[in-house]
Amino acid sequence: MSVTHPEDPLLQVHKVTRYYGDRVGCLDVSFDLWPGEVLAIVGESGSGKTTLLNCLSTRLAPTAGAIEYRMRDGSMRNLYQLTEAERRLLMRTDWGFVHQNAADGLRMNVSAGANVGERLMAVGQRHYGNIRSTADDWLGRVEIESDRIDDDPRSFSGGMRQRLQIARNLVTAPRLVFMDEPTGGLDVSVQARLLDLLRRLVADLGLSVVIVTHDLAVARLLSHRIMVMRHGNVIETGLTDQVLDDPREPYTQLLVSSILQV
Amino acid sequence: MNDTAQIFEQGEYNFAYLDEQTKRMIRRAILKGIAIPGYQVPFASREMPMPYGWGTGGVQVTAAILGQADCLKMIDQGSDDTTNAVSLRGFFEKTAGIRTTFETSEATIIQTRHRIPEKPLTEDQVLVFQVPIPEPLRFLEPRETETRKMHALEDYGLMHVKLYEDIAKNGHIATTYAYPVKVNDRYVMDPSPTPKFDNPKIDRMAALQLYGAGREKRIYAVPPYTKVKSLDFEDYPFEIQTFDKPCGLCGAENVYLDEVILDDRGGRMFVCSDSDYCEERRADGHLGPMAADPTMAGIGGHKPEETAQ
Repeated sequence: MSVTHPEDPLLQVHKVTRYYGDRVGCLDVSFDLWPGEVLAIVGESGSGKTTLLNCLSTRLAPTAGAIEYRMRDGSMRNLYQLTEAERRLLMRTDWGFVHQNAADGLRMNVSAGANVGERLMAVGQRHYGNIRSTADDWLGRVEIESDRIDDDPRSFSGGMRQRLQIARNLVTAPRLVFMDEPTGGLDVSVQARLLDLLRRLVADLGLSVVIVTHDLAVARLLSHRIMVMRHGNVIETGLTDQVLDDPREPYTQLLVSSILQV
Repeated sequence: MNDTAQIFEQGEYNFAYLDEQTKRMIRRAILKGIAIPGYQVPFASREMPMPYGWGTGGVQVTAAILGQADCLKMIDQGSDDTTNAVSLRGFFEKTAGIRTTFETSEATIIQTRHRIPEKPLTEDQVLVFQVPIPEPLRFLEPRETETRKMHALEDYGLMHVKLYEDIAKNGHIATTYAYPVKVNDRYVMDPSPTPKFDNPKIDRMAALQLYGAGREKRIYAVPPYTKVKSLDFEDYPFEIQTFDKPCGLCGAENVYLDEVILDDRGGRMFVCSDSDYCEERRADGHLGPMAADPTMAGIGGHKPEETAQ
């Protein structure tokens, strides 16, 4: 079990900068993330939020800056000084990554059960019956019928694929999950259901989440804390309700006021 | 001495076709492969005077290890006298002028396309496999950069995903050939498309096993007496095929059988896939139920599920 003290941050980000040639991806981003905390990164397209997420999740090396993560043994490690083997183990046990497009995060040509079971097999489980019952259990938790366990994700609807992707990520009980526009591309009613599910799972499992979204409603529903990005810079940060109810920066005010009120 | 051997003596070919530098290059790859059991060593595969898929990898390995005193056996699906085996045997008779044989125990080098002889091999023999696709993870992960990384990091969970899919879709592990194995507790290896019936023979085999893939430019090896474990699940252990009838010709049991269609009315028989083994047993007086006259009445119309499982 985790020996982390609840007051210790899980993830510490120091002045992370990423350039694409001369252009800025993100600039001097620093923050701490605590266990059980949900942080939303919001901003318009091209504001650098996905770049930042990719840097955090070791998918894209930053040009400058450091990212430290508290491992399960309690030690703080710089993510970019881990060995490839350690990084892979981290990514498939302690972390999850939920892609906007579920097809990027799933194996589309193997069954739903195998998709959920893959991480278990990767960490050495070799009992078919146990793997299958765990997969079945997780499909139930993300509201996918048991009789779909042997179907390919290709035959699933967009919302089901997204829920399957979430199950696949959560099966190893990760402590930190990255989400890139998890509700993007879904229609509104499916979005609402997915958000409900996510909110419940995050609360039940005590997950830390970094979620990237351009949808302020998603941020409002899921996150405790919010970071507003523009042109690669973090321009405002604070408690979600505080920032959304009483935005300080003109850009944030614009962003909040641009939400359609129906 | 036959015509082809005379051509060899006239000096039209270097011994065993390849030039000496090429053979040295291949031998280095083989030595590295033996040093790291199951690891796929890249090598500069040459174009051979036969199409890819005919065993260009195996032929290059055999050419590199062949000596004047060697006796070569060439088999194709267990049989000495089918097209692939006949052509490749002729190739080495012509280019190396060495002795060839049908008898397993007489051969020092056995090149095979997908079967391992039924008779146990000895420390004095080398078994050369022709391999079409050496990468066991290829159909699960198409990127070469990624599969290499997975081998390097021993990241083999994906292999079990395939076996999981087999069980989920068929109720049992339905992979019957090219069944993935773990060599020496380290590398996952594709034992070429041998039927999984032969997998137990690979484990701690006395003979050296060399695998050559010409098109994919890879050589790998299993040294003598190396542990080779077929992958499986705890609750779905590895099993080989079983046959509920003996060989129709020699009556052998616990051997791998081929189906032979006898007529257009569903008549069929099952005979040893290892033709040399079958002939030797018949010479020793073993007779199967159909040995005398395969076309005799009462043998037609077996349903396939009666015999093959």
